[in-house]
Amino acid sequence: MKIVVLVKHVPDAQFDRHLSGEGHTTDRDESILSELDEYALEAALQLAEARGGAKAGNKVIALSMGPAGAVNAIKKSLQIGATEGVHLTDTALAGSDAAATSLALAAAVRHLGADSPVDLVLTGMASTDGETSLVPAQLAERLGLPQVTFASSLDVDGGRVSARRDADTHSETVEASLPAVVSVTDQINEPRYPNFKGIIAAKRKSITTLSLADIGVDSSQVGHSGSWTRVTAAEERPPRTAGTIITDEGDAGIKLVDFLAAQKLL
Amino acid sequence: MANVLVFIDNPGQALKKSSLELLTIARSLGETAVAVNGELSDDVAGTLGAYGAATVFRPSAADLDDYLVAPKAAFLAAVADKSGATTVLLENSPEGKEIAARLGIRLSAGVITDVVAVDADGTAHKSVLAGSYTTTAKATTAVTVLSVKANTVDPEPATAPGTPETVTVDAPADATAAAARITSREQKVASGRPDLTDARIVVAGGRGLDGDFGPVEELADALGAAVGASRAATDAGWISHDAQVGQTGKTVSPQLYISAGISGAIQQKAGMQTAKVIVAVNKDAESPVFEIADFGIVGDLFQVLPQATEEIKKRKG
Repeated sequence: MKIVVLVKHVPDAQFDRHLSGEGHTTDRDESILSELDEYALEAALQLAEARGGAKAGNKVIALSMGPAGAVNAIKKSLQIGATEGVHLTDTALAGSDAAATSLALAAAVRHLGADSPVDLVLTGMASTDGETSLVPAQLAERLGLPQVTFASSLDVDGGRVSARRDADTHSETVEASLPAVVSVTDQINEPRYPNFKGIIAAKRKSITTLSLADIGVDSSQVGHSGSWTRVTAAEERPPRTAGTIITDEGDAGIKLVDFLAAQKLL
Repeated sequence: MANVLVFIDNPGQALKKSSLELLTIARSLGETAVAVNGELSDDVAGTLGAYGAATVFRPSAADLDDYLVAPKAAFLAAVADKSGATTVLLENSPEGKEIAARLGIRLSAGVITDVVAVDADGTAHKSVLAGSYTTTAKATTAVTVLSVKANTVDPEPATAPGTPETVTVDAPADATAAAARITSREQKVASGRPDLTDARIVVAGGRGLDGDFGPVEELADALGAAVGASRAATDAGWISHDAQVGQTGKTVSPQLYISAGISGAIQQKAGMQTAKVIVAVNKDAESPVFEIADFGIVGDLFQVLPQATEEIKKRKG
């Protein structure tokens, strides 16, 4: 099986995050492998291992699009167990919205499938920076593939993928033929940590760098010029300030209701 | 020709408040058409007219619900072409956003999600990076696709209600070919509470509940609120994962958010930052949640919540 896992280098959500520059893009200092992508990587490794792993020809390719620093997300993925890494990087990609991102990623997936077909593209349920959740669906639309999103469990058998999805009002089982684009939730598994052996092994794994020219995409199709949306202004929200804090002296529940009544929230 | 197209998926017997909000926003942008998937009851058709819809488009196929989003996006793209709409509005649910995503590619249209306000010229306002920034964004394309969060406007019927014309549009024949098929569906037991994502009030519980969501649920019911939870509480299995609010769960923007027994680490704050009013109850006076609470109570939630519940019942009498 050949599985491509999309991994993204995102600002660590534990710290304050900032937008800057003309396009109001996210500052990528202090970035890490997006936490939600670790579940996709784990799901890919489990599928590959169940089929005999790398020895049996199963490939788990960690693909990241982004500036130089994004290679760190790929390195971490290799340490965790991906078999190879691909870094799609080009200055023209900066500022790409979801539509332009999905265009570039679709071209990269086609490129990776040129010698032998890609069976599955796995992603997290959202990136923890943009959080639009648009890219998996747009990638599927561009590749003409079925999408199976928010999978909380996953099975691949006989050229078909089946998954369980949990929504607010119902749960469902869905089925699609391969190749497919699948996004997984943080309920699907417990991602493993890189161990010492993995960290050493990662040093011998290759990372291929791809430019836009390599995947046949013109620079006008991506970045600010290729994006279909533009952020015209960004304003840092004044931090919420603490209001009234009281210590319960036996009547805090009543004071709470008084507060709600005063705010016309009852 | 309509300027704005609103997508309403399976309205059931009555339109949800979030759908009424979309219709209200649509009227501020121009002449409104509606695309409805699923049954269209007389009551719903009447409400669509009352909210100013000039045309209601329905798919020729009845099986769009048997597949994940792709055929709905294909149907909606066909309606957008037919109606000539330059703005398409959808609800901001996970499915709404995915339909918007595929529709955007089909129409070569810019998609903006998590929208909280729309100007007359189509400029969208949203909040990003866990509520730490507000941004304005605009599509640079001929058509704009927006998914709009619930609770952004007060629904208002049109001053001049009408009777919409109903038009059937063919769902493209190839739309289901490469779509994932839903092979089984189980309804969950309905809680009778509002949906978390569009509830006006959310009462959320965390680690401090120690496994007992009773006080949170009772307060929520007294207030007509939805129940939310921190990741610690869902990971511990005290409540279903759907209730999770925060970075990896749902972001909510209710009028009122009551946080009980939640310390307020940054990922949890992320889920509640855009609530209009935040109330926090926690034993630990040092909890970060108190930094953002409009009204904070340092105290035992097992005392405070039941007392508040009783008081609300008494006043509502």
